[in-house]
Order: sequence, then structure tokens, then C-alpha cells
Amino acid sequence: MAGSAERREPPRRAAAPAPRRGSLSDGRWRPLEVAFWAGTLAAYFAFPAWHVLGSQILITGLFAVSLDIVLGYAGIVSLGHAAFFGVGAYVAGLLAANGWHEPLSALGAAALAAAVAGYLASFLVVRGTDLTRLTVTLGIGLMLWEAANRASSITGGVDGLSGVTLAPILGRWTFDLRGDVAYAYALVVVFAVFTGVRRIVSSPFGRSLVGIRESSTRMAAIGAPVERRLRAAFTLGAAIAGIAGALIAQTTQFVGIDALSFERSAEVLVMLVLGGAGRLYGGLVGALVFMVAQNGLAGIDPVYWQFWLGCLLVVVVLFFREGILGGAANLAARARGRRR
Amino acid sequence: MHGDFIGVVFDGIAFGSLLFVIAVGLSVTLGLMNFVNLAHGSFAMLGGYVCVVLMSALRVPFLLTLPAAFVAAAAAGLVLERTLYRRLYHASPLDQVLFSIGVVFISIAGATYVFGSSQQPVRLPGYLQGQVRVAGHDFGVYRIFLVAVVALLTIALEYVIRRTRFGSLLRASVDHATAAAGLGIDVGRVFALAFALGSGLAGLGGGLAIDVLGLDPTFPLKYMVDFLLVVAVGGAGSVRGPLIAALILGVFDVAGKYYVPELGGFAVYALMIAMLLRFPLGLHGRLG
Repeated sequence: MAGSAERREPPRRAAAPAPRRGSLSDGRWRPLEVAFWAGTLAAYFAFPAWHVLGSQILITGLFAVSLDIVLGYAGIVSLGHAAFFGVGAYVAGLLAANGWHEPLSALGAAALAAAVAGYLASFLVVRGTDLTRLTVTLGIGLMLWEAANRASSITGGVDGLSGVTLAPILGRWTFDLRGDVAYAYALVVVFAVFTGVRRIVSSPFGRSLVGIRESSTRMAAIGAPVERRLRAAFTLGAAIAGIAGALIAQTTQFVGIDALSFERSAEVLVMLVLGGAGRLYGGLVGALVFMVAQNGLAGIDPVYWQFWLGCLLVVVVLFFREGILGGAANLAARARGRRR
Repeated sequence: MHGDFIGVVFDGIAFGSLLFVIAVGLSVTLGLMNFVNLAHGSFAMLGGYVCVVLMSALRVPFLLTLPAAFVAAAAAGLVLERTLYRRLYHASPLDQVLFSIGVVFISIAGATYVFGSSQQPVRLPGYLQGQVRVAGHDFGVYRIFLVAVVALLTIALEYVIRRTRFGSLLRASVDHATAAAGLGIDVGRVFALAFALGSGLAGLGGGLAIDVLGLDPTFPLKYMVDFLLVVAVGGAGSVRGPLIAALILGVFDVAGKYYVPELGGFAVYALMIAMLLRFPLGLHGRLG
């Protein structure tokens, strides 16, 4: 990867402030990225009492990254992304509750099931206007919630699915109550999937998604198969959401029906936008900030939490449009401009 | 309850009428201002709570609380439109969605804080209760009342949009806001009034809906998809399209739940999604 350095900057455009986003990345890990992942590793040793929360932040971050592919890169506004998170969670949970205790294969099965669900749904979602997409994704999410609720003999309904027992990972590491193994497991899986996503979004395929987001008619005019690309992006996003869901089911050894709820779809949307949609690290940073804030505020009162969540959304949209990372990038660009 | 097909269809029509009253305002904001206002149900909820409070605390008769619900929701709509919504008319659908979900969450938290999370009881006056027997079929009096109110409202709305000065200003602003503004039409004011009208109708619908749909703080979320479906299937910006879509949704929902209870809401959602795929722009393209 590092050898095929493809960044050829046209000399005339060298003065433009942001040529980097448009060009194919050389795939090298930037220092900030290395620092970010080193931080997640250091957190394992620095905050041993917070492994449970930490693993949930990582997993939710991966869920937000999966929405980022659909929304931030491909530009499909989805109000029902939790559907695929829930499919993954229930597949992993049901496998473990019914005798298949091996975690890694269950993870793969969950990803596959969510990908199939996403592929089928993508035919409904990709066509049509934004309003149609909103409505259809919202409807799919609600239908799956209703299905899980009705099939309570299998899923446990609103009481949730318990009895999820897992064999040790690779026959060596058993999930413990303190969340040590959960954190390490989540970190390894999230990092591995993230590396794949990172590669994909900087590939020609990923760039074509951005092109479609910016103008689907122009992309169609230069010969890009718009609908097929969008379907692929939606399927990919669904599969990764399924992995995130499976991780939650395995690390908490429980599947609540709220895995499929609209609130979860809305929350992940908030996290992504808070962090910065269309940016690789937007979902991860958004999930971190969001869940730390939630952990602090929801402890006081869940109703207040919903109130603050609402206020946060309104404020972000009105005043803070590009999220934390976007704001930081603007600040950095301004600082760089001043130095010149 | 009702053992016969006609009774089921009638209940469906009543349910659909209710959806229409609430959703028609959403059709206006979506079609006219291109604003995806998911918080539309919050205005309906506001109307519902206005009715409940007036009836229980001040002993106002039910029929008089309905205009109050309209006025309260319209006023709230007008204020929010002038202060917040108008800033987002040209924002992306994602921004509008996020913003209006935020409004929904705030309204849910606010309603829970003030009224608690339980279902609000409503006592209909005696003359709206019970059943009447027509040609061998039993019809709920309140359902008949609903259908009558909605029929009158639809006629009034059609009249306002097609025959009045405000209606032509509205249609002109929608067709081409820039040209309309060039002709001296105060487009911003027209949009604000249209938003207030739509919110008011939602409030009225919320008041009418307490007996049928119930009223608790999660109301805006619970029925969000129904309102969206009515508008998306009917065609944003039109009045007749959502009316037809609401009636179809209402009849099939009630009939589906009555004849195939195992399927619940699935049949109707599947039908609506199929219709969306068949008519991506809705049954009725634009205002008319």
C-alpha cells in the first residue's frame, strides 16, 4: 500500500487549501491516527475500572462508523440503521443462547445476516427521494422492532434475550465480569474492521461514493453505476452495523429489544453528526464524546438526558454543523493560514 | 365490537381521517417549503394536551377545546417557524431531520416533565359516545363525528388553497419562490402562515385523536412513521394525495389488525412501501 504513492498534486492547484480530501490516500497511518489507537490501547491499562463502558464506546463507535459509510460517504439519510445492529445482535445472541457458544464464528454469522438484510433493504432504500428513504428506513426499523416484539418466544420480547453464554475466545480468553476481555476483544475487532473501512473509503469505490453524494447525476454521466454503488455501500454499512450489534450482544451477554429501537437509530445519527459525518474518525470521536456525556448526565435522570439530547441536536444543527472533527479541521486550517 | 366488513371499513376511514388531519400540515411543510419536519407530531401532541388540560382543569366542554387546540398549536408553530425553522429551509434534509428529531426529544421530555408519562384519560361528552344503528350496521358516534369533521376540513382547505387570495399566494410561492418574491409577494410571511396553519391542523387532530390514538409523551415518535407514510405515499405538497393515502392506510391498518391479527402492522407497512416504490413521487405530484 505504502509503495503505491499516488498523490500527484497538480502544480497549479498547490495553493488550494484542501487538496488532500479529493485525492486518493497513500494509505499511510498519520501520526494523529496512530496516537488515537495508541490511546485506546493505553486506556486499557489506564482505566481498568472503566472497561465495560470503554468496550461499549468502542462498539458504538464502530456502529457509528457503519452509519458513516451509508450517510457520510454515500449520502443516504437513514432513520433505521439500528435495524441491522439489531439483526447482528439477535443473530449472535440467539446462536449463543441455543448452543453455539463460539464467539468469532457467531460474529461472522451476524455480519452475514445483517449484510443479507441490508442488501434486501437496499433495493427499497436506494431508489427514490430523501423523503422516501427516510420513510422506508424508518419503516424497516419499526417493522423489525415489531417482529422481535411479537416473536417473544424466541427473542424474549421486551424482557430481552438472556442466557447468552459464550465459550472462551479462541479457546483461551473467557469473558469476565470486569470487562477486561470484553474491552480487548472489542478493541481488536473494531480496529480490524476499521482498518478495512479505512482502506475501502480511500479506494476508488469509496471515492465514487463521495462523488455520488455530491452529485449523482454527474456520476451517472461519467459512467458510474450509481444504484449499484449505493446498494453496495448500504450493504457494507449494514454488515458492519451487524458486527457492532453482535459485539454488544457478546460483551454484555444480553440482547435488549432496544437494540432495534428508533432511539438507537437516532442516537447513532447524533453521534456521527456530533463527531463529523463523512470523516473516518467522526463516528468514533462522536461516540466517545456522546457516551461519556450520556454516562454523566443520564445518571442524574433519564428524562433530562432526552431533553439534553434534543437540545444538543438543535444546537449542533444550528451552530456546529461540521461536528467536532470538522470544527477542529477548520481551526487547524485557519491556524495554518495565519502562519503563512 | 363490529362483526361486519362495513363496520371495519368505516372504522378504518375514521382512523384514516384522523391521520389526514394531522399529516396534511406535514404535507404542506414538506411540499411547499421542502422541510422534513419530523416534529410535526409534537404539534399534534401539544393540541392533545391543551384539550386535556382545558377539560380536566377548567371544565371546558370538549367541542370548545378543539379550537383552542388549533390556536395553541398554530401559535407554537408560528413562533418556532419565525425563530428556528426558517433558518433551515435551505439546509440539507439531514440537518432538517436532526433538528426536528431534537425538537421531538425536547417535546417528549417536556411533556413527561409536566404531565408524567402515563396515558391521558379523556371523557367524551355523552352525545359523542355510544353507537347508532344504520341499515343493520353499528357505527360509533364519535367515528361518525370524526369523519364529518374531516370532510368539512378538507372542503375548507381545498377552498382556501384554490379560491382565496392566500391560497394563490401560497401556490405562487411554492411554484417559484424567487419569481413570487419578485412580484412583491412576501414569501417568508406566506410560508410562516402556511406553517402555522399546518401546525394548527395537527393540534386539532391531536385533540380529536386522544380517544382513538391515546395521548402520552411518546405520541410524536409512535405515529411519526404513519404521518410520514401518509405524506410520502400521498405526495408532498398536495391535499388530495395525502387524503387518499391516509384513507388507504387507515382502512388497511384496521382491516389488517382485525382479520389477520398475527400480522399486526406488517401488512399495511408492506403495502405502503410497495406503493412508495410504484409511485416514488407520491400519488399526487404537487399541490392541486
